Amino acid sequence: MAEPPARVETDKLTAMYGKTTALRNVTLSFASNQVHALIGPSGCGKSTFLRTLNRMHELSEGGWITGRVLLDGQDIYDPGVNAMQLRRKVGMVFQRPTPFPTMSIFENVAAGLRLNGRLSGAQLGEIVERSLRHAALWDEVKDRLKLNAMALSGGQQQRLCIARTIAPSPEVVLLDEPTASLDPQGTQRIEELLFELKREYTIVIVTHNMQQAARVSDTTAFFYLGTMVESGPTRQMFTAPRSDQTEAYITGRFG
Amino acid sequence: MNRRAIRRLASNLMVGLMVLAVVLAVLPLFFILLHLVLKGASSLSWDFFTKMPVPAGETGGGVANAIVGTLIIVGTASLIGVPVGVGAGIYCAEYPHSRLTWLSRFVADVMNGTPSIVVGVFAWTWIVARQKHFSALAGSVALALLMVPMVMRTTEEMIKLVPNSLREAALALGYPRWRTSLSVVVPTTLPGIVTGTLLAVARIAGETAPLLFTALGSQYLSFRINQPMAALPLTVFTYATGPYEEWHRFAWAAALVLILVVLLLGVGARLAIGRSSVANG
Amino acid sequence: MTTATPPAHASSGAGRSRIPLSLRGAAYGDRVFNLVLICAAALIPILLGFLVYELWTGSQLAMQKFGLDFVATSVWDPVAGQFGAFPLIFGTLLSSLIALAIAVPLSLGVAIYLTEFAPRVVRQPVAFLIGLLAAIPSVVYGLWGIFVLVPLLRKTAFPFLRDVLGFLPIFQGPIYGPSMLAAGIILAIMVMPYVMSVSREVLLAVPNSQREAALALGATRWEAVVTAVLPYARSGIVGAIILGLGRALGETMAVTMLIGNRHEIAASLFAPGYTMAAAIANEFSEAATDLHFAALTYVAFLLFVLTVLVNAGARLLIWRVARGSGAGSKAL
Repeated sequence: MAEPPARVETDKLTAMYGKTTALRNVTLSFASNQVHALIGPSGCGKSTFLRTLNRMHELSEGGWITGRVLLDGQDIYDPGVNAMQLRRKVGMVFQRPTPFPTMSIFENVAAGLRLNGRLSGAQLGEIVERSLRHAALWDEVKDRLKLNAMALSGGQQQRLCIARTIAPSPEVVLLDEPTASLDPQGTQRIEELLFELKREYTIVIVTHNMQQAARVSDTTAFFYLGTMVESGPTRQMFTAPRSDQTEAYITGRFG
Repeated sequence: MNRRAIRRLASNLMVGLMVLAVVLAVLPLFFILLHLVLKGASSLSWDFFTKMPVPAGETGGGVANAIVGTLIIVGTASLIGVPVGVGAGIYCAEYPHSRLTWLSRFVADVMNGTPSIVVGVFAWTWIVARQKHFSALAGSVALALLMVPMVMRTTEEMIKLVPNSLREAALALGYPRWRTSLSVVVPTTLPGIVTGTLLAVARIAGETAPLLFTALGSQYLSFRINQPMAALPLTVFTYATGPYEEWHRFAWAAALVLILVVLLLGVGARLAIGRSSVANG
Repeated sequence: MTTATPPAHASSGAGRSRIPLSLRGAAYGDRVFNLVLICAAALIPILLGFLVYELWTGSQLAMQKFGLDFVATSVWDPVAGQFGAFPLIFGTLLSSLIALAIAVPLSLGVAIYLTEFAPRVVRQPVAFLIGLLAAIPSVVYGLWGIFVLVPLLRKTAFPFLRDVLGFLPIFQGPIYGPSMLAAGIILAIMVMPYVMSVSREVLLAVPNSQREAALALGATRWEAVVTAVLPYARSGIVGAIILGLGRALGETMAVTMLIGNRHEIAASLFAPGYTMAAAIANEFSEAATDLHFAALTYVAFLLFVLTVLVNAGARLLIWRVARGSGAGSKAL
């Protein structure tokens, strides 16, 4: 069976905060145009892992890594790589919606577009509309783009953040428990979105909610106490996990 | 039973005394404002605001030069003090563990407790003594020095209120640090920073001591910051301690104007941000 | 999922070395930004250092001539070139002490009342009004003092004190009006908001469990305050008082307008006196000789050192109770 080419890979990745090790020796690869879920109990290191993929980890106090993280085969921690440019290729959506409070809806989506040179007003408008459509928010806000972003509901704000993240056309989109602070309707909207988004992007999603992982992802990796215990196609992980720990977590015996 | 009644009585007595204390504490405020209005309002006129002082002993004239002078001196002080204070505040908030941050905060606290007359002496030895003449600029520098620690503290506090998640969202988009600060963090706290600045301006607008031997005061209207300049607090002081009745009346009027400006700036700024912290003075 | 073999163009070296925070690949913009901010932040200690330096060198003429005797001698004669600051120091301390003696009981009373007893509706407005007192410029206090307070004291309170308590030397002698006592009273009014607000913050920082424990044992509200709250807040309140002292020591305008400005030490509180700040304010613009300037700068230097020490002590005490909560930091 031909494997799709890996978009993002890690090779013996170890992540630390100062002297404390948060992640040990994780080797994983994520294929393009799929949704990859990372699951595990609190504090297992899955968020830390996610943050190494766009070099946000090093912005935390004492954060550093050994090992490699490859995007399309290139080590993103190579000294020649500009971390800011990297983050324009690997976007991130956070647990709590964080629209920029002083900007309008339009300005929020366009926020990432102003970094790489000038775009004309028309071009900006086009990209903003396209991103909002992709984020399933366009119809709700198309008449009030100039409104302040804080006027939206929580679920709408999160979709706005997704629109903001995909507007600069990244290659990979990372989501850190994106529906944790949303109600069930909001959660459902976002999950439906992921099916659409994976057509254009490679998605890695950290989730506390196993059912969500089972619903939306193509592959799943289970983290526990800083190590990646097991990974594989989602159906296999949930029906026939290889490791006892995985099975214990999935059946709810801990976590 | 008796003992308990006595204890209860003692408790009520103490409460009564405390209420008395509250009354005594607030009384001067009312009296001062009352007298300012009673004795000062009658002298407020169009002339008062627009005319220059007349020779000593004569009636009429106004304090236009002092009003203009205060605007210029306080304005110049703000031009110097606000950028330094805001810049230092941003630095301390963004790099809270840096040694420089600790040092700046410590020094700012020391400066906050320094009497304003000492700062005036410093401005005198630094600028006036070297230039061999008094100047409004020296006064502005002294006021700026008083202003910086206040602005720095409020700016730092405001920026610290911005949740880190907002910074992370910007950084995750590929924003460099400077752009994160200037385009996202600072605009979010701008109302707070402006409020803090206005409070600091209100404080220095009423300061007299640092101006006594820097800006010195003047009978004339001047726009030259390299020369002595009149200022409203100086006018109040000179006229209040002078021998003429007319001067005394003008002192009350000038003080009334000063208080109105200071209180409006201060109260307005505090209401704007919804806090009512007394000690922000 | 397989682990792909790294393609040939990937960077070599499996062990990525430690990456320093943020500076890797920092854009030019970041460097400029940091530099500007560092300059702003560094300017503050630099300026303070410069201030100390200027005060020190400016006093040299007087320091070398008088040394530490400056603090102990009383003769202040600009014409003869003799300067002794003892009356100034004495007056500074005495006026501040009088201010505290009046302000502390008042402030504490108000603070305790607002924290423990006042109905909620009353708390904010009263605190606000007292805050307004802190916003009034010193020169306006002086103005009011000259034309309202002092005449009132001269006609009523001072004679009353002399009549009733005249056996004490401090309440004897002629009554002019401008006096040490008048200055002390106006200082009390000016210092009261600061002591009150910091005390209030300190009291608010006392955990509720303390109060509740006392009340549960059957104490009246007042007893609960005295036995449970005040001891807990004691060092913080002392800190608030010392903070007030720091304020009083440096007050200039209102004092110089009410104290009579006489380089004398008198037993009576009705007599005029002088403080360090008032002397500087009065004489600086009229000083003629270099020595006179140096003497006044020496006084400024001493005043600076005094207030720094007092404020440092206050901060330490306040910090101990309201640990890191920032209480009192705004007051400074």
